[in-house]
Amino acid sequence: MVLYLKEFKIKWGMVIDLDRCTGCGACMVACQAENNIAPPVDASDKRYSLTWMLVYQLSNKQPYPNHDVAYMPRPCLQCGKPNCVPVCPVIATDKNQEGGIVSQVNARCIGCRYCMAACPYHARYFNWQDPVWPEGMEKTLTPDVSTRPRGVVEKCLFCHHRYMYARDKARIEGRDPNALNEGDYIPACVEMCPTGAMVFGDLENPEHKVHKLSKSPYAFRLLERLNTKPQVYYYSKREWVRKQGDNYLEHETVGGV
Amino acid sequence: MSDKELWPEGVQRCSLKLFIAWLAVIFAVLAWGVYAAYVVWAGGLIVTGMDNYFAFGLYIIFDLAVIALGAGAFFSGLLYYLVRVEGLKNIINLAVIIGFICYSGALLILTLEVGQPLRAWFGFWHPNVHSMLTEVIFCITCYMLVLTIEFIPIILENRKLNKIKFLHHMAHNFHVIMPLFAGVGAFLSFFHQGSLGGMYGVLFSRPYAFREGFFIWPWTFFLFILSAVASGPGFTMLVATLMEKMTGRKLVDFSVKALMGKISGTMLAIYLVFKYLDTWAWATGILPRSGLTFSEVFYGVAYGKWLLFSELVVFGLFPAVLLLYSKTRNTPWILYSACTMVGIGVIINRYVQTAQTLAHPVMPFDRWYVYVPTWAEWAPSLAVIAYGALILSLAYRYLPVFPQERKLNQA
Ligand code: SF4
Ligand code: SF4
Repeated sequence: MVLYLKEFKIKWGMVIDLDRCTGCGACMVACQAENNIAPPVDASDKRYSLTWMLVYQLSNKQPYPNHDVAYMPRPCLQCGKPNCVPVCPVIATDKNQEGGIVSQVNARCIGCRYCMAACPYHARYFNWQDPVWPEGMEKTLTPDVSTRPRGVVEKCLFCHHRYMYARDKARIEGRDPNALNEGDYIPACVEMCPTGAMVFGDLENPEHKVHKLSKSPYAFRLLERLNTKPQVYYYSKREWVRKQGDNYLEHETVGGV
Repeated sequence: MSDKELWPEGVQRCSLKLFIAWLAVIFAVLAWGVYAAYVVWAGGLIVTGMDNYFAFGLYIIFDLAVIALGAGAFFSGLLYYLVRVEGLKNIINLAVIIGFICYSGALLILTLEVGQPLRAWFGFWHPNVHSMLTEVIFCITCYMLVLTIEFIPIILENRKLNKIKFLHHMAHNFHVIMPLFAGVGAFLSFFHQGSLGGMYGVLFSRPYAFREGFFIWPWTFFLFILSAVASGPGFTMLVATLMEKMTGRKLVDFSVKALMGKISGTMLAIYLVFKYLDTWAWATGILPRSGLTFSEVFYGVAYGKWLLFSELVVFGLFPAVLLLYSKTRNTPWILYSACTMVGIGVIINRYVQTAQTLAHPVMPFDRWYVYVPTWAEWAPSLAVIAYGALILSLAYRYLPVFPQERKLNQA
């Protein structure tokens, strides 16, 4: 249970460069395929679809020619102080393992959706319908990712199964599974991103790129002031993007830069 | 054919035929609700107006509202059995029955609301002691048991049942220990009314609902308790009045009703003091700290400022004044209107705490959505009201609910 910020020796995280993201949506597709998300029954109804990874469009709201847009991929931000965890009545979601990934045990979730109400980033999704895969498509399912029944809540876990693979591989090779090299473990979305906008690694490890990037003056976290302390950082040299990232009031200046 | 034998002694009731016709109406609504429940269980919550944006909807709003209005049971019980406010003797049975209806009705709706109803017991088995919802699950279930225990002696007082020696003694013994249950009930109800409020107050990432802590609770915990005890007694009194109008018989003396109104008014006034302080602290502290202005958390008609104004002034301050001032309180139609207004005020509060909290876009590039419940949400809610009508009709016909009835109707 996290009512306070829990520190981990390893903290998996991402830094997403919003100046590089083109909004192509490859990360969304990779996520759906990797995590066994069944094709939606009615894809036009976005508010029922399970988009663990969702690309938002941001706009500076200026008229042409000053108009500018940015695309913001949003996985579960694996908050350091997640609001979704302390509210769950049955401990179906927790942040207690090395790596700091917020877990979601769908076999225990009762589907009360309180965690959805708590998450400010809409990163949690309810299974409105039983998952159905078109014939033949079940062959493409990832064997180590459980499918979820109707009536439970699910979310991005940073492809936790890939973390397990990487650890197993390290063990087999006689390396320390708690000291993975950069690139040993990366989620599907990061692997698939064609522009290299997403960087993944251990935020606490000075040898990992994310560590340095997250400390850049251009890095920010979504809604910093709500104090959820996400393990996902965004990066942009454009001030208006950073400003929108944290609900700044007109008269306020962006912290840091 | 008549069921006169079963009526409480010395009272008049409508003909069995008319009663059955009335029950038929109730059962029609109930059937619709049961059908909706079947559709929800069979097809999933997709048939409701809820979605990934609106995790909670009418089910929760309805639950919160009936539980607040059902607070007459615990608060009247507390005042009667423990504080010894004698006048409440004449309405305490009704308060208990209404409490029973409200809580059991809310639990019925919850079986629809939860995505995995068969796992609902996990709440007891794997409880997360930090979750306000865990507190709600425990207190609500225990309090439901207490209400059932409080209801049993009223049932045993049925003329026929009471002739059975064993049941007669049992009823008597139950009465003797009732203050204990009133105390336990008050404690449990106090906590879960509070936890329901706390559920919203702890959402530190939802600036519309988030509140600061007072001890280990956010202060919405206390606001929910106060608003519930302000609306509950008035609602009990209104139900009694509605039953009088429908049956054409006097059931409760007006002085008792005015007393209930006075209790409601006093509690409402206390509540409003804190609610105004809360609103001020929220608007000048929590919102700007979250990067929001006061106007930004309101939107359109569904989530407009008019709701706040209605809740705090039209259905708050105004009825409070009417109920506190003895002249207006003692005028029947003003008393009834004022108590109705208090009820509406608390329903608005539960609505905005739920729907507006979720509708308000927390991320600056997100947008407002409006939640519209579907028939599959209305039908079970109406069915719970029909279920209440059913229990009340049976109780009124066959149980001595109103001790003053005989005296008041002696022509
Ligand atoms: S982004 Fe939402 S779901 Fe993910 S950890 Fe934070 S609060 Fe929980
Ligand atoms: S929906 Fe599931 S994970 Fe979320 S709070 Fe309820 S039980 Fe916990």
